[in-house]
Amino acid sequence: MNYLALYRQMLEIRRTEEHLAKAHQAGMIPGACHTYVGQEAIATGVCAHLTHDDAVFSTHRGHGHALAKGVPPREVMAELFGRVTGCSRGRGGSMHLFAPEVGMMGTSGIVGPCILQATGAGYSARLLNKGTVGVAFFGDGASNNGAFHEGLNLAAIWDLPVIFVCENNLYATEVPFSYATRNTDMAERASTYGMNAVSVDGNDVLAVYAAAGEGIRRARAGEGPTFLDCKTYRTRAHAEGMPSLGTYRTQEELDAWKARDPITTYRAHLVSEGIASEDEFAQIEREVVAMVEESFEFAKSSPYPDPATVAEHVYSDG
Amino acid sequence: MRELTFTAAAREALTEEMARDPSIFVVGEGIGQRGGNFNTTSGLYDLYGPMRLRDTPIVERGFIGMCTGAAMTGTRPIVDFMFVDFILDAMGELINQVAKIQYMSSGRLKMPLILRGSIGITGASATHHSGSYFPMFVNIPGFRVVVPTNAYDAKGLFKTALRGDDPVIFLEHKSLLNSKAQVPEEEYFIPFGQAAVVREGSAATVVAVGSMVRKALEACDALAAEGIAIEVIDPRTLAPLDIPTILASVHKTGRLLIMDETFQPCGIGAEIAAQVVAQGFDDLDAPIMRLNGVYTPTPYSPPLEAAVIPNPTQVLQAIRDLLAE
Ligand SMILES: Cc1ncc(C[n+]2csc(CCOP(=O)(O)OP(=O)(O)O)c2C)c(N)n1
Ligand SMILES: [Mg+2]
Repeated sequence: MNYLALYRQMLEIRRTEEHLAKAHQAGMIPGACHTYVGQEAIATGVCAHLTHDDAVFSTHRGHGHALAKGVPPREVMAELFGRVTGCSRGRGGSMHLFAPEVGMMGTSGIVGPCILQATGAGYSARLLNKGTVGVAFFGDGASNNGAFHEGLNLAAIWDLPVIFVCENNLYATEVPFSYATRNTDMAERASTYGMNAVSVDGNDVLAVYAAAGEGIRRARAGEGPTFLDCKTYRTRAHAEGMPSLGTYRTQEELDAWKARDPITTYRAHLVSEGIASEDEFAQIEREVVAMVEESFEFAKSSPYPDPATVAEHVYSDG
Repeated sequence: MRELTFTAAAREALTEEMARDPSIFVVGEGIGQRGGNFNTTSGLYDLYGPMRLRDTPIVERGFIGMCTGAAMTGTRPIVDFMFVDFILDAMGELINQVAKIQYMSSGRLKMPLILRGSIGITGASATHHSGSYFPMFVNIPGFRVVVPTNAYDAKGLFKTALRGDDPVIFLEHKSLLNSKAQVPEEEYFIPFGQAAVVREGSAATVVAVGSMVRKALEACDALAAEGIAIEVIDPRTLAPLDIPTILASVHKTGRLLIMDETFQPCGIGAEIAAQVVAQGFDDLDAPIMRLNGVYTPTPYSPPLEAAVIPNPTQVLQAIRDLLAE
């Protein structure tokens, strides 16, 4: 169990997102930017168990998933800046991050399909006896979409090695989950499809790590899919440029969740348990900041794609 | 040479390719032991078992999305959708995901996903079992759209689809499924983007799509008796579309009629006409004409259904009108 690796990963996501938010304010990101700030423990705790052969499918809030799966921050940043060095070579942007080399099979501007595609990765794993898993990350909002119900059902009836990671941050844009469904018990909704479903504190990286580890172990052992209902909160606006509070949530609620920040609480936990020292954290902070700053410079100074390549890759032959 | 039906020829292609490539699997409703509503997979379940002949619940969006993910992770899924009308439930998956993944991933992911099943107006199938919709698919960058019209083409084109890395929408007109043609025992492939000149002639060019090929040929028989030789072209694949073959024919004949059972606006005929005007204007001796099905949902009652699709009299008249221009 590498406690500091989890810490470093969460911090890398946080510092990258903070840089991206500033870059967005500065007009350096031509398109949308949904940050993962506040939810870092989930991608970190899940992806710590994955190899590059395991396939992750994500959604509009996907920077953290890409980073935790092993996409270098410089490639994520460059993609958001629209540069040819980005992980999608400038064809994708924030909501279409692809890095199949490391098993990052894409984020999606459409809410829902990742659930089905991860199920398909599970199907490939079974058919080819790969021993790998498919993982879908999605929000509470996706749980009211047909893809959720269709994907969970298919994975369950065929015992596919799939991990469904629901990041229940209480809102879909500005719509409370309690408005959007009569049954707000996400794990119960999933378990009606006959699968292993557990609720977990999504701001506690060790809790996510443990629950994901057990689900992935089961999946690899042929014991079928697992659903993780991760309760969390996004502490920035739905998307950069939108109001942080809006009309849908209160300062008190935001403050209460900020007090449960997954990074600072984890750090306090490691210190109080004597697992790591403040010196070690300071060292990690310096390294992560240096890496993110280097990534930012790399992205900023990277060239744009050549317009002459615009129609390449529509088909497999070029 | 032996004769096979369209369905048997396509099934033979599938059987051969499944034996060769263990990453191919088929999903659909009733395609397992039952062998498919149109016998597309009969006998295959016994050969390849449930993982590769996967019966699904009635969840078109779900299994198409699932197969999208499977195609991204090393397998070659075939969706046997029965009627194309059913996959309208999955248009978001098809257009936003299947067609775009290769592009979005800058070519680092492939999308070897085949969607195959029936199209077309016939047999009082009524409006939820009579669609074709290929103009919609042709409009989307990323799809290959294949419309075979005989057993020989069905096998050769299906083999090509099964070896490629692009998503293929393979559309089988219901009125052709039992039609027979000579199919060699030896393996062969028909490349995409290669139209067939199914009848040579000099008086006019008819491009016919899907079920209209046979109707065009029948009309041409009648005209041949009058000494009029019409050239008939079957594009076979609508994306990619073989414009050079059509242009070469128009260069010879100076006249062009495009026949398609589906509606006119934004259809394949409009596309062909626009390209021929742009590239072959000087060859044209007459306005380009189109003959299409009526712009309406498909009615059930046989006399109404018959009124929707071009009938032999209309086909013959359309060619005569073109010749009279
Ligand atoms: C099919 C679809 N409908 C609507 C949208 C617009 N949209 C983008 S994000 C979002 C909210 C998603 O909420 P949730 O799934 O809870 O994820 P979160 O943003 O909270 O992480 C919506 C409605 C979309 N991207 N896709
Ligand atoms: Mg949400």
